[in-house]
Amino acid sequence: MNLLQFVIQNRTEVLELTAEHLWLVGASILLAVLIGIPLGILITRWPVLNKPVLGGANIIQTIPSLALFGFLLPAPWIGARADRLAILALTLYALLPLIRNTYTGIKGVDRAVVEAGRGMGMTDRQLLWQVELPLALGVIIAGVRVAAVISIGLATIAAAIGAGGLGEYIFRGLAMVNNQVILAGAIPAAVLAILADVSLGWLEKRLRPH
Amino acid sequence: MMTDSPNNRPAIQFRDVSYRLESGYELLRNLNLAVQRGETLVLLGRSGSGKTTTLKLINRLLVQSQGEIQVDGRSLVEWDAIRLRRMIGYVIQEVGLFPHFNVARNIGVVPQIEGWPADRIQNRVQELLHLVGLEPQLASRYPRDLSGGQRQRVGVARALAADPSFLLMDEPFGALDPITRAELQREFLALQQRLGKTVVFVTHDLREALLLGTRIALMESGQLLVMHTPDEFLRSTNPLVVAYVDAFDTNLNTGSRRGPS
Repeated sequence: MNLLQFVIQNRTEVLELTAEHLWLVGASILLAVLIGIPLGILITRWPVLNKPVLGGANIIQTIPSLALFGFLLPAPWIGARADRLAILALTLYALLPLIRNTYTGIKGVDRAVVEAGRGMGMTDRQLLWQVELPLALGVIIAGVRVAAVISIGLATIAAAIGAGGLGEYIFRGLAMVNNQVILAGAIPAAVLAILADVSLGWLEKRLRPH
Repeated sequence: MMTDSPNNRPAIQFRDVSYRLESGYELLRNLNLAVQRGETLVLLGRSGSGKTTTLKLINRLLVQSQGEIQVDGRSLVEWDAIRLRRMIGYVIQEVGLFPHFNVARNIGVVPQIEGWPADRIQNRVQELLHLVGLEPQLASRYPRDLSGGQRQRVGVARALAADPSFLLMDEPFGALDPITRAELQREFLALQQRLGKTVVFVTHDLREALLLGTRIALMESGQLLVMHTPDEFLRSTNPLVVAYVDAFDTNLNTGSRRGPS
């Protein structure tokens, strides 16, 4: 039985697992954006927090993913359901590119532009919303893009703790020593990653300031 | 008879102002300075003499370590920094136009954050484009599409937008080619004659100082050396003034000896 036949025969399952995969990735990227961007802004305002925040996010990144899933298992409420656990772990991994890009994006805004804004009497909030964030948006989206591509790959491992997603096929195929089944998970995951990369890359270019 | 009416008080006054970095390094030492209403005071000096620091203390981009600064007879500590900055126009050498705003939005920034109605902002922008000698069609262009001279004109228009009584200008024409610079200097003089703002103008260019200043304050190593009218400045026998003038003459002469290029 070749790959195409397998996918066609199991199309409902393939679609279900793809949807599950997208749910894991989408929810975690959304959470990472909601946490990471404010944190990135925060460390441009309070430089003392810079090292601990970026350092912390860096350390999380170095923890092997399987181990991180394991560490989070005993957590209350989170540990009760596999998808919650996977989303939390993926969120943690996505934090670093988001915090770092928000920070470098804002810091990279032309110093003269920021000084002009401040000198003209913009409040810190006006400076942030009207000048710094719009000008940093391209760099921030680049961070979302990196995070999304990493998450789509990492989310396949979430199947190891029973969170579902396209990793199901990969682990099942490994157990069955069946390449076709492995590819039925790996190829859709790769396609998702490419789609995310291309669409966010397009968005990044569109939002780059004039 | 001495009165204390607002018109007799200096518009900007520095009393024994020092500014130190956290490292303890002193950028400005015991500065005493009074800027009269409607005059153009030029802060002249080489890089690192404290001119820009002095300027940034006026709109509170920096805060002095010692001494008192008054604007309109009120100590700066009594001012709300945001309010203060909105009544002081600020022009810098790098212009600092917002690259994601078109010319009209750049010029209208202060009116916009001050909450003016849109049609009033639009009228004001057209008025200002005319004032600084720019075509009305430029309003919809972005800064990257402008020449250096046009950008600096937009910078000046932006600083004038909310009709501030004060203008702080930090080497505004320093990055322009000599011909454009001369053109903008002439226009600035004409504009200043009409508007009568209180201007503090930073430059290291003696010729610019002599041309634009009603008075010239020569600074060196964070201290004010002398404060003169342009005529007095040229006639001064103070060795430091003479040295500055001479250094400039030498530059001019070597320039002309090279002949046309």
